[in-house]
Amino acid sequence: MSFDSFSEFLAMGGHGIYVWLSYAIALVLFVINLASPLLRKKQLISELKRRLRREKSTS
Amino acid sequence: MAEKKKWMPRWFYQMASPRWSYEIMGKLMPWFAIPAAVLLVLGIAWALAFAPQDYQQGNSFRIIYIHVPSAILAQSCYMLMAVAGAIGLIWKMKVADMVAKSCAPIGATMAILALATGAIWGKPTWGSWWVWDARLTSMLILLFLYLGVIALNSAFESEATAAQATAVLALVGLVNIPIIKYSVEWWNTLHQPATFTLTERPAMPAEMWVPLLIMVIGFYCFFAVSLMMRTRNEIIHRERRASWVRELIEKQ
Repeated sequence: MSFDSFSEFLAMGGHGIYVWLSYAIALVLFVINLASPLLRKKQLISELKRRLRREKSTS
Repeated sequence: MAEKKKWMPRWFYQMASPRWSYEIMGKLMPWFAIPAAVLLVLGIAWALAFAPQDYQQGNSFRIIYIHVPSAILAQSCYMLMAVAGAIGLIWKMKVADMVAKSCAPIGATMAILALATGAIWGKPTWGSWWVWDARLTSMLILLFLYLGVIALNSAFESEATAAQATAVLALVGLVNIPIIKYSVEWWNTLHQPATFTLTERPAMPAEMWVPLLIMVIGFYCFFAVSLMMRTRNEIIHRERRASWVRELIEKQ
């Protein structure tokens, strides 16, 4: 451990804002990279299901 | 007459089948997702709490554990996009086009991450958020190339034309990759040289570079997962009229 206390860990020797901001941006972009394909998949499946149902009801 | 020799491995030809690709990606995904989660959690804990601080930069140096992996990945992702685009152009392989298209948004976010963390790191280290330096400028061009690829791809009605146009743009933009790599050697720069090279040991102690290596591998695994998720969506969308996709949807 390179920090003696939790408050020192948060402060990062005065560079806390820079370090935590970097990691926060990384987290946000990672979540976007997971959520956007997941949402797209959900949307695609419901769209295709609707299309299939429509085709069945007309034929 | 001798049988015509196939000079590419078998999986290369199988990759041409969207169904085969969809299934193999589904099987491969957990093999990347689990290492990605483990390596990223381990790497971030190590990076933030256990790696020693830099004797000059103090704790702001911990930004390296996000900055370097995202910059490396942004460039690798670009190369993959260009190669996949070229395969699509030459062999008319639809799955390769879909991989190339799926690379662009992920690569763009990685370029944004590298630029943003670089700016944040620059403030306490160089005293400025941004300098028009060769490394930073060529990295910004990489981001614009990604945005150009995304815009160009959505500008065409026909998917085949869109794939061809973006593949050409991606291949032309490939010239930027060696410029990024050698920018710190060709021009005077504030930016420090590469941490990892193939020929020499890293200049930093092991307790600093081992977590960095873990983060780089973690980023790659995460990229693989995200890329496969996007490509699978793309396959379902483009093959929506195929019978296997209909069966798949009906089972859902």
